[in-house]
Amino acid sequence: MHPRLQSVFVRPFPPRRRVRAGLLLVPALAVGLVVTGTGPAGAQGGSVALVAYSTPKPAYSVLATDFAKTKAGQGVTISPSFGPSGTQATSVTDGLPADVVNFSLATDMAKLVKAGIVSSSWDKGPTKGMVTDSIVSFVVRKGNPKHITTWADLVKSGVQVITPNVFSSGSAKWNLMAAYGAQLSQGKSKAQALAYLTTLLHHAVAQPASASAALQTFLAGQGDVLLDYEDDALYAQHQGEPITIVTPPQTILIENPIAVTKTAGPSAKAFVAYLLSPAGQKVWGQQGYRPVLPSVAATFHFPQPKVLFKIDKFGGWTLVNKQFFDPQTGLVAHIEQSLGTSTASS
Amino acid sequence: MADVGAPAPPGSGPATRLLDGRPGVDLSAVGRRAARIGGPALAVTYLSLLVLLPLAALLSNALSGGPAAFWRAVTQPEAVAALELTLVASLIVALVNSVAGLAIAWVLVRDQFRGKALVSALIDLPFALPTVVAGLTLLALYGPDSPFGVNLAGTRLGIGCALAFVTLPFCVRSVQPVLAELDRETEEAAASLGAKNTQVVRRIVLPSIAPAVLAGAGLAFARAVGEFGSVVLISGNLPFKTEVASSWIFSLSQSGDLSAASAVSVVLVLISLSVLLAIGWMRRRFDAPETV
Repeated sequence: MHPRLQSVFVRPFPPRRRVRAGLLLVPALAVGLVVTGTGPAGAQGGSVALVAYSTPKPAYSVLATDFAKTKAGQGVTISPSFGPSGTQATSVTDGLPADVVNFSLATDMAKLVKAGIVSSSWDKGPTKGMVTDSIVSFVVRKGNPKHITTWADLVKSGVQVITPNVFSSGSAKWNLMAAYGAQLSQGKSKAQALAYLTTLLHHAVAQPASASAALQTFLAGQGDVLLDYEDDALYAQHQGEPITIVTPPQTILIENPIAVTKTAGPSAKAFVAYLLSPAGQKVWGQQGYRPVLPSVAATFHFPQPKVLFKIDKFGGWTLVNKQFFDPQTGLVAHIEQSLGTSTASS
Repeated sequence: MADVGAPAPPGSGPATRLLDGRPGVDLSAVGRRAARIGGPALAVTYLSLLVLLPLAALLSNALSGGPAAFWRAVTQPEAVAALELTLVASLIVALVNSVAGLAIAWVLVRDQFRGKALVSALIDLPFALPTVVAGLTLLALYGPDSPFGVNLAGTRLGIGCALAFVTLPFCVRSVQPVLAELDRETEEAAASLGAKNTQVVRRIVLPSIAPAVLAGAGLAFARAVGEFGSVVLISGNLPFKTEVASSWIFSLSQSGDLSAASAVSVVLVLISLSVLLAIGWMRRRFDAPETV
């Protein structure tokens, strides 16, 4: 089983305090919930509560070990919790103690800013609040037997695509915005780009619930091409999976935000400082992420797509989520509906 | 009961007496009184905390956007498609497993063979296996790389397979004990009176085990309706085609639309509840003649 899959479905227990509250009887439970709900979630002693999305789990195990070897990291233990980005953000607003938060989308950080847990100036640092970059890549069978190199190749007849379900997976949203933006950057109109999305989803033979489930489905032999985070694909390749990674000519730059919570102690800040330092960024790079520090990024040789655009091209995540990915009124919901009804009647 | 018909020994009335015959405090009566008040109280408290309260919270979440939003959420085409698929698949699986479960229970109770204990133990395994692992295993066996050349990935048959796998124990385990307790003398008596085998099965065996079969079917149905882990991998999760209700609910919750997710869940729960009530009613109809 792919190790990342576990983290998607099973989130480790939140730190001690809450677990204990759950074991006590009813009145204690009520009190316990109040305590965890409103109490300060700051670092206690040398422990840093890290709440992150699923994909960087293997990277963090290396980073935590490496951090412990630094001067600032001596005696500090990182207690991590991994899960789907949106779920993790909701857990924190619902009272899951957190000192450092790392999400796949800035939207999830916005939830915490709105709840008053993260300062609104979280994105004012030199890296604009981002800790890692990545891109949307094509993952194909080893040796690329179907010669898939461009977005147009994905919708050729007989090509089966796997991309996660957009309503449950942040990764799927990046994928579709990459596809949409790739069309625009090739001079297509918005309507043509939407038509492309429709064709692309028509070629989707599976829309698994999460990025990890999608990778698992692809590795089980289904589909010809999987749309995936480059870092996730590199990790799978590193694990010895028989895949080839194709960098599309046009794709989206994925930026993953990190922040400390308002109540975080000095060790949490030191940990984030380490993650953004050249030493930390080098580890991220070795783990398949594109470093956000240009000096470190230059030492790695990540393939450069011809056109690389950001989500800002479409007005940022808040707008994109509303326009494209609202499960009831979004453009993609309409596309799925039209596909569903057309196949049902044919 | 060995001494049925023997006269009750003197002094064994309902009132407790001390050894010397004086009436004493009936501790068991105190216990009974405590049980009469405490038992239901405990049951109600426990049930409330674990079942009713979460259900109430679910309902309040579902209605948090107002009745119009509730209606929109449950009548949305993708939701309707997912609910339809889930309910039809669950019904079929419950029916198929009732028959298969009865056959397996019959073999386990009535036949003697080597390795019976092992087979019996195997039946409960789907309970022990984490459903995600079950999904992965099914995908490996009946997916594109199937060793048998059977590719059910992305099909509704695949969904049925996964649901049948996780619900089989209910159908076997609810029938098995009843079948074991069944008085074979009645069957033999019927046979000796000239009843044919099919008549014995239809008139003697089936009426006695029908309530248990129905109970198993009800549990299997309810379990199938909410199943997620084992289904999502093999189904391919294609909207309108192979997306089950639990997966659509998961998507809604991941999109941050908790009230819509709750609304669809409420529909799921209501349908399960009515099916369980209907099954309870049918069971009582089967039970009724025996009590006359």
